[in-house]
Amino acid sequence: MTDTPMTSTPMEQQSAETPLLMVRNLAIELPVESQNAFLNPDAKPVELVKGIQFEIQAGKILALVGESGSGKSLTALAILRLLPNALKITRGSVRLSGNSLFDRTEADMNQVRGRQAAMVFQEPQSALNPVQTLEQQIGEVLKLHRRPGKQEIRDRVVELLQEVGIPDPEQRLSWYPHQLSGGQKQRVVIAIALACEPDLLIADEPTTALDVTIQKQILELLNQLRKTRNLGVLLITHDMGVVAEMADDVAVMRHGEILEYRPKADFFERPEHEYSLRLINSLPDQSFRQGKHLAGPLLKVEGVKVWFPQRKGILQRVVGHTKAVDGVSFRIGRGETLALVGESGSGKSTVGRAVLGLEPLQEGQILFDGERIDNLRPSQFRPWRKRIQVIFQDPFSSMNPRKRIRDILAEGMVSLGLVANAREPEQKLIELLERVGMEAEHLDRFPHEFSGGQRQRIAIARAIAVEPDLIVCDEPTSALDVSIRGQVLELLLELQREMGLSYLFITHDLSIIPHLAHQVAVMQRGCLVEQGITEQLMTAPQHEYTQQLLAAAPGKAILRKV
Amino acid sequence: MLAYIIRRLLYAIPILVGVNLLTFALFFMVNSPDQMALVQLGDKHIDPEAVEQWKAQRGYDKPLFVNDREDSEGLLTDTIFYDKSVRLFALDFGKSDEGRDIGDDIQQRMWPSLAVALPSFAVGLMVNVTLALFIVMFRASIFDTAAMVACVVLMSISGVFYVFAGQYFFAKLWSLVPISGFLGGVDAIRFLILPVLIGVVAGIGSGTRLYRTLFLEEANRDYVRTARAKGVPELTTLFRHILPNGLIPILTSVVVVIPSLFMGSLLVESFFGIPGLGSYTLDAIQSQDFAIVRSMVFLGSVLYIIGLILTDISYTLVDPRVRLS
Amino acid sequence: MSDLFAVKPVLLWSDALIFVLVATLVMFFIHLARDRLTRQRWTPVFASPVGMGSFIVVMFYVLIAVLDSIHYREQLAAVDGSDNTSAEEVHYSQEVRSLLDDVLSRLKENSEKTYSAPFSIYSFSKENVTLEDGTVIREYPRLDGAGSHLESEDGKAWDIFTRSIEAVLIGLLISGALIALQVQWRFRCPPEGCPLDGNGKPLVTASRHIPWKTLYGTVTALIVLTTWVLSVGEVYHILGTDQVGQDVLVQAVKAIRTGVLIGTLATLLTLPLAIGLGISAGYFKGWVDDAVQYIYTTLSSIPGILLIAASVLLIDVYIETHSDDFTLLAERADFRFLALCFILGMTSWTGLCRLLRAETLKVSQLDYVQAARAFGVRHSRIISSHILPNVTHIVLIALVLDFSGFVLAEAVLSYVGVGVDPSMASWGNMINEARGELSREPVVWWPVCAAFIMMFALVLAANLFADRVRDAFDPRAKG
Repeated sequence: MTDTPMTSTPMEQQSAETPLLMVRNLAIELPVESQNAFLNPDAKPVELVKGIQFEIQAGKILALVGESGSGKSLTALAILRLLPNALKITRGSVRLSGNSLFDRTEADMNQVRGRQAAMVFQEPQSALNPVQTLEQQIGEVLKLHRRPGKQEIRDRVVELLQEVGIPDPEQRLSWYPHQLSGGQKQRVVIAIALACEPDLLIADEPTTALDVTIQKQILELLNQLRKTRNLGVLLITHDMGVVAEMADDVAVMRHGEILEYRPKADFFERPEHEYSLRLINSLPDQSFRQGKHLAGPLLKVEGVKVWFPQRKGILQRVVGHTKAVDGVSFRIGRGETLALVGESGSGKSTVGRAVLGLEPLQEGQILFDGERIDNLRPSQFRPWRKRIQVIFQDPFSSMNPRKRIRDILAEGMVSLGLVANAREPEQKLIELLERVGMEAEHLDRFPHEFSGGQRQRIAIARAIAVEPDLIVCDEPTSALDVSIRGQVLELLLELQREMGLSYLFITHDLSIIPHLAHQVAVMQRGCLVEQGITEQLMTAPQHEYTQQLLAAAPGKAILRKV
Repeated sequence: MLAYIIRRLLYAIPILVGVNLLTFALFFMVNSPDQMALVQLGDKHIDPEAVEQWKAQRGYDKPLFVNDREDSEGLLTDTIFYDKSVRLFALDFGKSDEGRDIGDDIQQRMWPSLAVALPSFAVGLMVNVTLALFIVMFRASIFDTAAMVACVVLMSISGVFYVFAGQYFFAKLWSLVPISGFLGGVDAIRFLILPVLIGVVAGIGSGTRLYRTLFLEEANRDYVRTARAKGVPELTTLFRHILPNGLIPILTSVVVVIPSLFMGSLLVESFFGIPGLGSYTLDAIQSQDFAIVRSMVFLGSVLYIIGLILTDISYTLVDPRVRLS
Repeated sequence: MSDLFAVKPVLLWSDALIFVLVATLVMFFIHLARDRLTRQRWTPVFASPVGMGSFIVVMFYVLIAVLDSIHYREQLAAVDGSDNTSAEEVHYSQEVRSLLDDVLSRLKENSEKTYSAPFSIYSFSKENVTLEDGTVIREYPRLDGAGSHLESEDGKAWDIFTRSIEAVLIGLLISGALIALQVQWRFRCPPEGCPLDGNGKPLVTASRHIPWKTLYGTVTALIVLTTWVLSVGEVYHILGTDQVGQDVLVQAVKAIRTGVLIGTLATLLTLPLAIGLGISAGYFKGWVDDAVQYIYTTLSSIPGILLIAASVLLIDVYIETHSDDFTLLAERADFRFLALCFILGMTSWTGLCRLLRAETLKVSQLDYVQAARAFGVRHSRIISSHILPNVTHIVLIALVLDFSGFVLAEAVLSYVGVGVDPSMASWGNMINEARGELSREPVVWWPVCAAFIMMFALVLAANLFADRVRDAFDPRAKG
């Protein structure tokens, strides 16, 4: 448990002064009565957090790092006693400025929440009440804890909105959340958290749902507030880049335990736990992949435009177009990887769908191996299906939950006439599974019996089953935990070397690109703003937007060092 | 916004045409007017004369679509289709098979219908929402479970049973209210109490259960957690955050039935002898008066479509997400 | 064939459909036993005592409905039998009987002249009775078919008590024997699956989750109830008799078939329409979607009860003008009944269609459908293997939720006069007659109460079962 060697824990260093937040021996369990007794009649209580301890000084940031399911978010909720009813805190104590929080009544707790300690959540899209204005939502905290007059509230809300960087705050007082962008919503959530000038801010993956450039702004905001207000921050994240950039101390959590708890510099230089090392190493290799000179392009995308009609008025006439992709050209050679980079809504996934023949083109052409494959009828496209395949982002929705792995893998082979039915190619299916690091016995299982990483391996096996030349990889690693991400990328590289595959790799994650791609193309609002050889583009970006993107990538300082 | 409403209104036209064609097909093509006449007259004495006379009296002796006997002006208008179907669009319902003016009857009878249906609807909605909110307040407790069991039991009882039980106890045994009947003016209240009460009670089970689900769905949303993290007390969260959000789907889903309240309820009106459109329809069904049934089908569709349009409008009124986009 | 068994089976259309229904149920259970994924999904339903109990009650009703659906006509003896037939031309009785009639024959035969209260041995109304000495007085006469073995009212309570004890004991004995056999089989069948031996072997999943106590308890209760009804009902009218002296209990039981069939057939008959149109609209989008939306908006804009009333009126006209096509009374009633089911379905399929369209829209955006398209899988195959299996839960939930709604609707429709044929036993018809009975003095309450109780038990069980199914299959229902 906590008997991991702690040579110089932050606790010991700072034991002189009273810490802002002190968590001791905290344990959370899922009691038997909350478990599905039908599925498991002899269930035992499951301990989700197993007696952890840490502390935070005023003005410091503690990064609590771990992968999904490690119990880090539960810890955050438990501190403010916001756990769902199904979970119970079984032991431990939480002291805020020396006062125990677990001994308080619920009414007392409401005096702590929002006033002394506030929280920022991961998903800004749903964290705000959709039917209240910004003034009402931010004002509500003030009213609860300060009881000021109407005008005072208004002034303070404007001040707060200004502080978190919302433009024209006076006008936006009467706005509703849906009128703001994702980044602005998160700023409002932060404004709510800061309204009563709390001493402690708990931020649970505050930037995970945001694009990199916005992530950078939010992180900078947090950092600045921490300094100006002497705020203690518990920053929960899975992103080592964010840790490297923000934290003073680092606590690594896995399976409900804290494995390692040390100052940041210490942690990155001499990680003690093998798992911490793995996390640090999950930051992808930043050595550049060298571009090959190629025999000739396999895929040529020329001036492709994909527009969606906008209808308006009484008769729903087409009054204009949403230009999802507006004139994109690039080439991919055999055995080559092109990384298509952009933020959400930039049209990069639409390009991928167009290449797959799933989206009609407004203009332009797509040539595969010298022949035009754009705007074909489904039957005409069939011969190309065997040669162009796809891997999707979400390994949980990319496989039919009612099918066995066997049928999932064989679907393409059967459909494209390579084999007669799903039973025939037993040997081939086993080989495929083994090829991606799975086992033969997995053939008759269902997708829900596998983890995200395993599912993504199966998705890769499904794509290579028909022996394609080109695979469109649509964010294949962004739904995976960091330590798994590396393994999946490694597998893709290995397959490329062996089978001579070409990849159109669609991603928003710049950090994985150097090691992966020969070429990079950067997309913004449907257009390519810059493309070129990876090393050139990343070391000497020409376009302003590319520079912004690169500058926003978190943890660059550490990355260079490692 | 205006363009949107106009578009919805235009969209209603093909639907009404569809309803019209469907009823026409049902009433005049599946069964010919001759067959209707036979059934009405009782097929014991099949006298062709009588059949022809019956048809002529009611205007069923004309051709269905095209009248080739007439000169060009009556070619399409002097037909059953024009007389009985196209005229409905002008809300001209014509005469019933017994010769009464249907339009007049409707105007007279829709007010008693509304007098029963509107209070039942409004009180029912309030009771159900209040109960649901109360249950959500005690969610995941014994009270919640017990209330849900009670709802399922209430739902499983036939509506007719509530009527019988209500009439037997309140009217017959305890003589608190009259068993049935209706008077205009203030006297109406005495006659309305029982039907409204029964209408409300019969709907409690399903209504409360549905609204509880909607409120619970809201209670599990992220913004509720945000509110709790602000330090908002449980009860305030319920009334300030969960209630307004939960009311949006509830209000917009009930708006569709508001225009149809004019149609009244077949069951309640006939049991309590209320001279509304519900009992009017029921009498027509039982006396096989096809003209009235046809008119009520059309009127019902018109009211439903008005309800659909009102639903769309109500969304834009209560939901800022729709209003401002 | 001997004269004793000279019967001619009669297969009504609704009989055929109920057998299809039973076959589907059997197939479902075979599938459940074989397929691991299906079993996992159904476990929460059958593992909960409420789900199991309500399921057994519903199945008991279905069993009665099936018994009542095995129809035949008896051959008439050369000499005229008890039925109103001219024996020269017709060789089979005009009366269509079912197996249930045979089970209840003893109860059916004891008919009276008119009303009699439950367990009463006297008639409900006074009659002129001629005494032995020839004087005529008005009094409540003794019943013909109830309590005729009794001297007077005094011995009734004791007689009922002893007969009840006897019947309950027989019932317990039968259910005990059945359960013992089942337990024997259960512990022998899976070689290492015995829950009693504590050697840590994994138990057979299915049997481990089943709430055996509830299962045995419900079955025992139902068997005891059956034996009690059959034995006490022989000499008393447990729920009294109706206006023409027929046993009310028999009628209420006979009405089960109507209730169960209307609950299932109404949805099943229009299921193909709802599934076909709903999925096509959601999958193909574009003009197909527009057309389907137009159809269901149009249909659902007509008030349901009016559409039903209008259609049933027209069916009546059709039947009356084509009376030659229906030789038997039962055939005619059956035709009207099926038409009613179909019409009921027509008014409700639009809701299911809308749900299916929305769900298909969602599912067809999922990556696995996109992946299938990237593999060039044909539309028909994508629909059948990717879309359909992932929207079946919606169909299932609609099926079980609609069931109780239709059973309740039947009562209202019969009251309005557009329900099942008056010659068919149904709860709606019983309730319909109650209007006059309730205004009598003293009140004749038992026929309507019998109908309400029988209906309530079925609807409650169905609602509870539907709840469990929805909790298990609807991801949104968890709360």
